[in-house]
Amino acid sequence: MEHYISLIVKAVFVENMALAFFLGMCTFLAISKKIEAATGLGIAVVVVLTVTVPVNNLLYNSILREGALDWAGLPNVDLSFLGLLTYIGVIAAIVQIMEMVLDKYIPALYAALGVFLPLITVNCAILGASLFMVERDYTFGESLVYGFGAGLGWALAIIALAGIREKLKYSDVPEGLRGLGITFITVGLMSLGFMSFSGISL
Amino acid sequence: MADASAKQVLFEPIFSNNPIALQILGICSALAVTTSMNVTIVMCLAVISVTAFSNLAVSLVRSQIPGSIRIIVQMTIIASLVIVVDQILKAYAYEISKQLSVFVGLIITNCIVMGRAEGFAMKNGPWLSFLDGIGNGLGYSVLLLFVAFFRELLGAGSLFGVSLMPTVNEGGWYIPNGLLLLPPSAFFIIGLAIWGLRTWKPEQVEDADYKMSRHTAKEAF
Repeated sequence: MEHYISLIVKAVFVENMALAFFLGMCTFLAISKKIEAATGLGIAVVVVLTVTVPVNNLLYNSILREGALDWAGLPNVDLSFLGLLTYIGVIAAIVQIMEMVLDKYIPALYAALGVFLPLITVNCAILGASLFMVERDYTFGESLVYGFGAGLGWALAIIALAGIREKLKYSDVPEGLRGLGITFITVGLMSLGFMSFSGISL
Repeated sequence: MADASAKQVLFEPIFSNNPIALQILGICSALAVTTSMNVTIVMCLAVISVTAFSNLAVSLVRSQIPGSIRIIVQMTIIASLVIVVDQILKAYAYEISKQLSVFVGLIITNCIVMGRAEGFAMKNGPWLSFLDGIGNGLGYSVLLLFVAFFRELLGAGSLFGVSLMPTVNEGGWYIPNGLLLLPPSAFFIIGLAIWGLRTWKPEQVEDADYKMSRHTAKEAF
């Protein structure tokens, strides 16, 4: 249990997807003008990550990994080069399925997520988490916890940035820095703050 | 856009319509791979080739793709190209591919590739799309190399791994600025680069959400 708690703290703070690895930056910068939108997107990312990382973990361990096809009488087959194609396919499919399920059973959440759900397919944080999962050789349980933690960290970061930007629009920024420029510098400062977590060893 | 000249398509994205500074595309990898020039150049070449060939491929099959599944088709084309690049890097530049770690794979979700396939290649012929891919790849590379130049020079006192300003640790005079090797510095450099670019080309400046009104109240005394 302790192992899982330290994994989740690590995923949320120390290895924050957005502020330490810069994943999902495009949506991070584009959809952080309003807190409501940022919250919706954040929740969507948490949900999608919690589902896709473990599913990709199962696929990797039971089909793609070297020697994983032993049960089918193919002990020497190494399909790991197909990884990228598989993960992105799984992500696209799961996002599509989630969209339909949410539309049917939880319409309120579906309406709240709106256009963000399909956008998530091309969010690098999602694919990145799957790739990190493979690189670090997580077990199924670990990958479930890691997916949730990584999503939570990303959501936290985008909501915090949206909060800052809502205040920032009242300030008098030099012309060339307005909009994207000052956002970059704000994110830089936030990321500097998150660097302080990197001293924590768990 | 059909009559856009090849030259315009190739060079416009470099400064006037830069994918990173103006279109907000492909920022993720711009930050993570810019600590040294060697790694950055490999990353740039990978992105340029993937963007160019995915644009070419998407443009070739654009009239055959049904509208409703075009995203999946584009994804598959892009993912296949990235796998090829990834395997080539693993075979011929193993050290660098280790340093790039997951970021080669993340070219798939690099919005430049997807954005250009969807935004340009679906509407234009193969040759122009190919050039557009190269142009946008170059625009991305220019900004990346700019960031990497400062980060490596000031953070480690070297360029392309060749020591230019001998650091104190090696008995030289330059005290390296460790902050520039840390991720946040990339944000600051890109922010400042955008500031510079927009001062040079003022038409890119975004409108302010709120204007300060003039101070009209008289002081009470």
